[in-house]
Amino acid sequence: MGYASGVGKTYKMLEEAQALKSQEVDIVIGYFEPHGRKDTIAKMEGLEIVPRQKIQYRGSVFEEMDTDAILARRPQVCAVDEFAHTNVPGSTRAKRWEDIEILRDSGIHVLTTMNIQHLESLNDEVWQITGVRVRETIPDWVVQGADEVVIIDLTPRALLHRLARGVVYDREKVERALQNFFRESTLVALRELALRETVHELEHRVVHDVTGPVEERTQSERRQHKILALATADPRTAMLIRRARRMSDFLGAECFAVAVHPSGDLSDLPESDREAVERHLNFARNMRIETRILEGEDIARAVVDFARRNQITQIFLARPCERFRVPLFSRDLMHRIVSLAKDMQIVIVSEREPVEK
Amino acid sequence: MTRDIRRRTPDELLREVQAEEAGAGKGHLKIFLGYASGVGKSFRMLDEARRRRERGQDVVVGAVQPKVPPEVVSVLSKLEVIPLGNYGEGTAIDVEAIIRRHPAVCFIDGLAYDNPPGLRNPTRWQDVQDLVKAGIKVIGSINIQYIDELREQVEAITGKRVAQTVPISFIKSADEIEIVDAPPEQPLERSPEEQVDAERREQRLSKLRELALLLAADVVEYQLSDYLERRGIKQHFGTQERILVCITPRANVGEMIEIACTVAERFHAELIVAYVKQANLSPADEAALEEKLEMAQAVGAGIQILEGEDPVDTILEFAKSRGITQLFIGHTQRSGAWSNLWGAPVDKLIRRSRGMDVRVFPQ
Repeated sequence: MGYASGVGKTYKMLEEAQALKSQEVDIVIGYFEPHGRKDTIAKMEGLEIVPRQKIQYRGSVFEEMDTDAILARRPQVCAVDEFAHTNVPGSTRAKRWEDIEILRDSGIHVLTTMNIQHLESLNDEVWQITGVRVRETIPDWVVQGADEVVIIDLTPRALLHRLARGVVYDREKVERALQNFFRESTLVALRELALRETVHELEHRVVHDVTGPVEERTQSERRQHKILALATADPRTAMLIRRARRMSDFLGAECFAVAVHPSGDLSDLPESDREAVERHLNFARNMRIETRILEGEDIARAVVDFARRNQITQIFLARPCERFRVPLFSRDLMHRIVSLAKDMQIVIVSEREPVEK
Repeated sequence: MTRDIRRRTPDELLREVQAEEAGAGKGHLKIFLGYASGVGKSFRMLDEARRRRERGQDVVVGAVQPKVPPEVVSVLSKLEVIPLGNYGEGTAIDVEAIIRRHPAVCFIDGLAYDNPPGLRNPTRWQDVQDLVKAGIKVIGSINIQYIDELREQVEAITGKRVAQTVPISFIKSADEIEIVDAPPEQPLERSPEEQVDAERREQRLSKLRELALLLAADVVEYQLSDYLERRGIKQHFGTQERILVCITPRANVGEMIEIACTVAERFHAELIVAYVKQANLSPADEAALEEKLEMAQAVGAGIQILEGEDPVDTILEFAKSRGITQLFIGHTQRSGAWSNLWGAPVDKLIRRSRGMDVRVFPQ
């Protein structure tokens, strides 16, 4: 795990690959992106590479990791760069992380690299810090499924040195890079995010307390939290789902996403709304959130009834929009849910706005 | 929002970097932080020394650990070392010799050593301060267990107490701090003679890793706020969660504080409990408020008594100035400034709490 390109993730991964090879572990390189970095390329020496497969798309030839070839080769360990990579259309699987899951399912250990900005649930925070919407993301549960997460740290100062010396990118790219991800304040913030997230990943893996008698847990920690997010056609639903997912992960809570419609399915919604709601529910399922479509004329009542039946303790809603005319509908909905769900906590989630620098 | 940060061109950046790398200007302190011995801290640091030397910088090593693994020996053979001085009862870095030699960069492997009596400073980290003051860039290394303020926490994890430590203020004064992370397996392989149960050891090491990562995150956070402040940027990045619990004398504060504590603990968040002063509280309300503030204090929350005409404005202004990401409030109370909360004030609060999440509690 790193916080930017150039901190040395691939280098470190190859260093570990070399160390494993010297211990006579059967290791291959499944995919490697040299980016023209000399030190990194030198670290490849003597390592076996499984050739990439070629995929035709729109008249061009693209190269992707050849998962089938790696499966046939059956190494003990496979090193694969760029966990968050999206495969070119026409590949067997859409995402590299899906290929990696296949390798792991067949018993191959995998070493891979990613940056913090590719973690799905941090997408809004990363947008706030960088002003960039990262499109290539990995669902949190995939990263949580890793046996180990190691942070590759480098101070932003040192990273900027590398950048200026042309170690990371060529000259033209440097100019562009300096304007967004590679501003010092941005790097510092991303680095902090990566450090804190690594702590969370570690805690996730430490199950037992080793410091002696288990500390007295507070009532709240023993209590089972359950979180519900209301999915609508509103584009902020994605943010809402990410936030609900993150809170559930940190609290060890179950998480649901529901949409409400009078007929109990979405068939009579206008085309664009139906697509949006379906996309949001699908997004929630990809984040391993259980989804439902509830039947009801009265959205607030349907949501609260469902919540009560399922012992939900927290309902997550998007903050009503505040542009020009306040849409009375969404404010009323929020009010009604708050007054109906008297016994639950209601969390009104706001968009994180990019910091102006 | 101010826009006074000039974007640097690659050429400007390169000049800046070269000036800095040449050690021009004031001394500079960089610390490599590890969580246990054997994570490869010495190697990482001395490998940086080698690379700097290959780039033509004037580099010396001012202190080497008493026992070093073979890969470190081979890096050291390519570097100039100013050996530790022998001073009667023990050794210490030879401050005079290093200052006389005046390299651009001096590497100190191991910062937590007490000096033998009779020297200019009782400890090595104070010697390092002198080198930095003399205009030398110092790059040093330390493990988390040698930080004075963390000693008890580390002792609770490892059962061992170290004698020689460095104050956390020294670590925070560093211009740069870099963490050397590695999964616990690596250090395990280095000490096969230890016959402790592997799983327990792994968990202990995980806790130490956590401590080290959190310390690094805090130092980074501190540097970030300092950076933003110096540039007059008021907006915060939401990298650290910060929770503000707004209480009133009659609020059901118990539940709010309970969940706030859990969330704060899980997110390693800052927790603040705030109360907006109200005139003419009844003695009963005074007593209730006092009890609630004590409850907040008992769980280690920061307490803020705010004053202002409008409670919503007062809270939001405070929340924005402190970079709050989660605001906890109660609703439907019968009296006090938060009366008819649902209706105008909570609504107003939600409408204007841009950039933060609002958690409304049942009362």
